[in-house]
Amino acid sequence: MTLIGTSVKRVEDKRFITGKGRYTDDIVLPQMTFAYFVRSPYAHANIKSVDISSASEMDGVVKIYTGKDIAESGINGVPCGWQVDFKNGDTMKEPPHPLLVADKVRHAGDAVAVVIAETYAQAKDAAESVMVDYEVLPAVVNAKAATQEGAPLVHEDAPNNLCFDWELGNPKAEVDAAIEGSHHVTTLDFINQRVIPNAIEPRSAIGHFEGHNDRYTLYTTSQNPHLTRLLMCAFVLGIPEHKVRVVSPDVGGGFGSKIFHYIEEALVTWASKQIGRPIKWTAERSESFVTDAHGRDHVTKAEMGFDKDGKITALRVKTYANLGAYLSTFAPAVPTWLHGTLLQGLYTTPLIHIDLEAVFTHTTAVDAYRGAGRPEATYLLERLLDTAALEMGTDPAELRLKNFIQPFDGVTQEGYQTQVALQYDSGNYHEVLHKALKMVGYEDFRAEQKAARENGKLLGIGFSTYIEACGIAPSAVVGSLGARAGLYESAQVRVQPTGKVSVFTGAHSHGQGHETTFAQVVADKFGIPLEDVEIVHGDSESVAFGMGTYGSRSLAVGGSAIVKSIEKVLEKGAKIAAHKLECSAEDLEYAGGKWTVKGTDKSISFGDISLTAYVPHDYPTGVEPGLDFSSFYDPTNFTYPFGAHIAIVEVDKDTGKVTLKRFIAVDDVGNVINPMIVDGQIHGGVAQGIGQALFEGTIYDESGQLLNASYMDYVMPRADDLPNFEVDRTVTPCPHNPLGVKGAGEAGCIGATPAVVNAVMDALTPYGIHDIEMPVTSQKVWNVINGN
Amino acid sequence: MQVEVSLTVNGKLYKQNVEPRMLLVQFLRDELRLTGTHIGCDTSSCGACTVLLDGKALKSCTMLAVQANGKSVKTIEGMAENGALHPLQEGFHQEHGLQCGFCTPGMIMTAADLLSHNPSPNEHEIREALEGNFCRCTGYHNIVKSVQYAANKMQAS
Repeated sequence: MTLIGTSVKRVEDKRFITGKGRYTDDIVLPQMTFAYFVRSPYAHANIKSVDISSASEMDGVVKIYTGKDIAESGINGVPCGWQVDFKNGDTMKEPPHPLLVADKVRHAGDAVAVVIAETYAQAKDAAESVMVDYEVLPAVVNAKAATQEGAPLVHEDAPNNLCFDWELGNPKAEVDAAIEGSHHVTTLDFINQRVIPNAIEPRSAIGHFEGHNDRYTLYTTSQNPHLTRLLMCAFVLGIPEHKVRVVSPDVGGGFGSKIFHYIEEALVTWASKQIGRPIKWTAERSESFVTDAHGRDHVTKAEMGFDKDGKITALRVKTYANLGAYLSTFAPAVPTWLHGTLLQGLYTTPLIHIDLEAVFTHTTAVDAYRGAGRPEATYLLERLLDTAALEMGTDPAELRLKNFIQPFDGVTQEGYQTQVALQYDSGNYHEVLHKALKMVGYEDFRAEQKAARENGKLLGIGFSTYIEACGIAPSAVVGSLGARAGLYESAQVRVQPTGKVSVFTGAHSHGQGHETTFAQVVADKFGIPLEDVEIVHGDSESVAFGMGTYGSRSLAVGGSAIVKSIEKVLEKGAKIAAHKLECSAEDLEYAGGKWTVKGTDKSISFGDISLTAYVPHDYPTGVEPGLDFSSFYDPTNFTYPFGAHIAIVEVDKDTGKVTLKRFIAVDDVGNVINPMIVDGQIHGGVAQGIGQALFEGTIYDESGQLLNASYMDYVMPRADDLPNFEVDRTVTPCPHNPLGVKGAGEAGCIGATPAVVNAVMDALTPYGIHDIEMPVTSQKVWNVINGN
Repeated sequence: MQVEVSLTVNGKLYKQNVEPRMLLVQFLRDELRLTGTHIGCDTSSCGACTVLLDGKALKSCTMLAVQANGKSVKTIEGMAENGALHPLQEGFHQEHGLQCGFCTPGMIMTAADLLSHNPSPNEHEIREALEGNFCRCTGYHNIVKSVQYAANKMQAS
């Protein structure tokens, strides 16, 4: 029996398809109250006064807190978990982010007060009666504009709205000289627009303080419950961590936005003690739009030099990264160590330099969104490659193949040392592109495109060959780069007396299917049925510790921790088996759910050993009873999935509408445990990547209003916007973790966006333009076609 | 002020007093504790709250509970009969048509409406029928296959 590598149907499905999922907002506690936040309608304003007198008198109101109450309570704001220093060594600007603001609002949606009432409707009614007198101030929303002289300041102690500046790569003078001396230079000035993760489940949190034992429970929609507990206890509320339980039950999608510790979580936890009752808060969608951390938002100028043979000579990048009004949990890491470090891409570029300014604006905070920095790096590189091919009159696939790093397995051949800090673990980049070209039928397509053009139809093909850094991350490495947390993972494998197995993992599943994939690994390694394994996650009371799920890390890091615990179980089991079989442990081999004396038919089953471990009557001396092991796994390197994505589009000349005809994705995510689940992850990522290319993007006006803060106005891909996807893979195992896996959660979202935009540009070649800002809407395309 | 509402949900008659402004989805979730029907937006755009009202798909956030007076509602909790999954539920499981599961009940109810008047829809018709339901996880690829699975199974039986 082998489960690893097979498309086992998901064990978690049953509760979801029958309506029995248990999401945070589904939870009802006795005596529960409801919170509704009073939020600023302005992006930048002084708070002159907050009058709660009439609201306090309204039906059902239990308590109202304002920013002044929070300031007087001594509670801190929510902290940032990553520190990046200025080029000159100064520490980044780290302004406080209070749970409720008292003096000044800094983005539309900033929380000013909270009403707690008997019912949700009563809380909302009373919130509308909280009178806040604002003095509206000028706002700035664009990152580059925010750094200019005279721009309104978000925080008084951050001149030019600069949180930090940063650089990475080869000496700038060398890169400058190489660019100047290049045979051809391709330049792109562009905005990688701000997008909103938009998990369909809105964020929700329930705080519950129980006085009889002084314990707090927080139920929350988190990808990362243990870190939320640590940050909230140690940095915000100053309450003892061992008295706090954080439960993250079923979570309806995250895509990054539910990694972070948010003010609402701390507020309901704290206030629950004050009022002596549980408090539930669930975001309305319009509230999610202005309070969930956003993604991307870079203003970039990128230049790539080529020699006369089409080999890349250098890459020079200048980026303004928008961080929003406050520093979200991992915000400083995203445009720096998750973006600058990926600018090598799949190419042998000998000289690279990025110069970056990370900027505050009067907008919602920006942090990791599916891919987090890597999509921005990939967009930059892959748009440059296709644009360069167009400018130089070469084939975009050929240009890539010419510049790819040669294959290396990371075992017999060393990893590839980039110019931007990372060392790639293993890769075969030619193979993914060759496979994708074969799938698309490239030569036939070019003929079809030519014929279509002659018939007045606009067909285009776009490429994207990407790499990402996943399996986040070696703790010492990220510590040296400013992380204020380790990024290992924990796992406990508890073999029950009857041979059933409970696994407690610090990873958190919110769609990824861990309850299946992890169980496949455990069942396979032990040689027991899948249904004898249960995966437990998302509760700090049962799971010792965890760093959560993001950065495509769950299997590479969390799965590796499970494997470590499995190995400990088998090692101890062998000692017990050796005693029972009257041999030495070295004479045993484990397979098919039993220990067998090598070369004999003498064996003892996993179940028998499990029972013996808990009923240790006939038992080896010096061995403890029980069969229950915890492990922590700290990776030695990042993992480096890669792939080739190809989009084919047709542009309607009359309307400018872009129709995605085909999408081909060949990804290499290392070894695969469950192909069905991996394909599903790729599909979903690709859809989000296509979303950014064609549909999605925030629209802020000059005063800082988010004009499209609803599902009626913010356009996301719907079923009839997308084709079926054609996905395949190659397998280059990760050489440095026990499962050989690299991670698949973000790949689709990283690869897809530039492939689609490149395809539109290819279709529009007859019009002689090289760039359209994302999202590439019908209107923008129509304007190009009509010469506007 | 409270108003009496009487409606059948998953075959069972309920009579309750509710606030006139209570939405049908709030009635299902908060009064009947049928939490399989979800709320994902404020604008009737996401479809997570879709139920069947007298057999037709309805976004239950677009209707007040009192407007459903005298009507018959079916939610995701009522889809399996006598312990046997509905072919759509089976299809979503077999074809990996769900990840986080939050949109899934609404998707299944919308698809049930589609199959009730078009028993063998093609891919295009399925995508058109589901365009009122957001899924952020699957890219819809496997949802389409899930509905096809159910259509095939229902045709065969």
